[in-house]
Amino acid sequence: MKKVSIHFNNFTKYSYLLKLLVIRDIKKKYKESFLGLLWSLLSPLMHMIVLTIVFSNLFERNITNFPLYLIAGRLIFEFFSNATTRAMTSIISSATLIKKVYIPKYILTLAGVTSNFIIFCISLIDLLLVMVITGSQFSWNLLFAPIYLILLYFFVLGISYIVATLNTIFRDIQHLYGVVVMILMYISAIFYPVNILPASLQPIFTFNPVYQFIKGFRMCVYYTEPLYFNNLLYCTLIAVVSLSIGLFVFWKNQDKLIFYV
Amino acid sequence: MSKIIIKIENVSMKYRIYKEKIEYLKEYVLKSLKNEIKFSKIKALDSINLEIIRGDRIGIIGQNGAGKSTLLKLISGVMKPSEGTVTVSGSVAPLLELGAGFDFDFSGEDNIYLNGAILGKDKQFMEKHYNEIVEYSELDGFIKVAIKNYSSGMKMKLGFSIVAFINADILVLDEILGVGDVRFKKKSSKTIEEKIKSGATTIIVSHDLNRIKRLTEKVIWLHKGKIKMIGPTKKVVKEYLSFFE
Repeated sequence: MKKVSIHFNNFTKYSYLLKLLVIRDIKKKYKESFLGLLWSLLSPLMHMIVLTIVFSNLFERNITNFPLYLIAGRLIFEFFSNATTRAMTSIISSATLIKKVYIPKYILTLAGVTSNFIIFCISLIDLLLVMVITGSQFSWNLLFAPIYLILLYFFVLGISYIVATLNTIFRDIQHLYGVVVMILMYISAIFYPVNILPASLQPIFTFNPVYQFIKGFRMCVYYTEPLYFNNLLYCTLIAVVSLSIGLFVFWKNQDKLIFYV
Repeated sequence: MSKIIIKIENVSMKYRIYKEKIEYLKEYVLKSLKNEIKFSKIKALDSINLEIIRGDRIGIIGQNGAGKSTLLKLISGVMKPSEGTVTVSGSVAPLLELGAGFDFDFSGEDNIYLNGAILGKDKQFMEKHYNEIVEYSELDGFIKVAIKNYSSGMKMKLGFSIVAFINADILVLDEILGVGDVRFKKKSSKTIEEKIKSGATTIIVSHDLNRIKRLTEKVIWLHKGKIKMIGPTKKVVKEYLSFFE
């Protein structure tokens, strides 16, 4: 118990730093782009329009509101991919700092994921916009969306701690991970319906954690039939397992990381 | 509050020195298959026992590679020892690394808050001391400018000014005692000396023995990772000098 309270005190001591790091990340992101905040709203919409033009005819009979189906999946996946990729270099990019001053290193990864999560939440305005424009039905399922988002945050945080640790030890992990993310994107049913794959390949979706979150999130914003609680339980399990493994891997290696930065 | 502020028990620090640095998984796999990973182990510190009392002013001397910087890093918490325990009951201000946490894309103002937070301070503390820091740094006209446009002297001034207002229990100094141009150097060394003399626990690493004599009352002589001698400054410095004759 004493150890836990020490960690907690340390966390409150550095919570101001966490806040500043998150703000810095967000400011930086908007400083870099010409249109600032507007860009992060425009880019998913433009992407959606292009893909809708290209694919909607192809899947017309299977997917009723293609723009909404697409943007719901894509926003979730983008958050997963942006946050984990950013978090992956969170330790190395602060090398000069952590070699000289003590700060709890987990703060760096946490800040990377949190800033991306906030940007992601802002981009959900796009989703609402599409829902209104396409005249889709708002169902009670929508109330479950925040729960999915929080679970997603913890799932992504767990993965982030794993890749941040690995990438600090071996720098080429980021290239490998880039390939993994690309494969994951194609098997997450972002712009096609799941039933285009034969039954023998359906396990791809069952064991793809990112797809499970996309599926759950779509049940909140896209489908109107009652929620599958199985999926909610499954996503909770994924989040808990991911976060536990992530924290464990990070905690086991954190004192070693200083030798690799 | 206990009298002992830093307690070092049986501390050893081992490093692996690789013949070729392995940064990539690909290299690691290939080289371990060919059995080509070669490294030697060095002991930067070897079973060190040390107690530092609150208010002590301590100098650390020794040749290059004696383990001085490693010892400082263990005290400031940047590294954990391979063996043994380091207990520090107080906050540490590392004056050795001015502006380590600077983000060059942001203004001096943002960086003052950021650096304060890195040193473990909260918002209220930083807001309270912000004006003093700016005034001390003499960078009033540039404080809203991104620090990538600062000269290196200006960056050091800013870094020093932040640390100067962080009241830590333990001051850690690695060679640096003053920064900037002649005038600012004088001012900053004076500030440090005032802090030291006001009773803060101080640990100074330096090759300048005159400075050590002037600022410390006790000296630790490290030699090849071990404490060769510890005692009153005059005595240890004298022995240290005669060691090389």
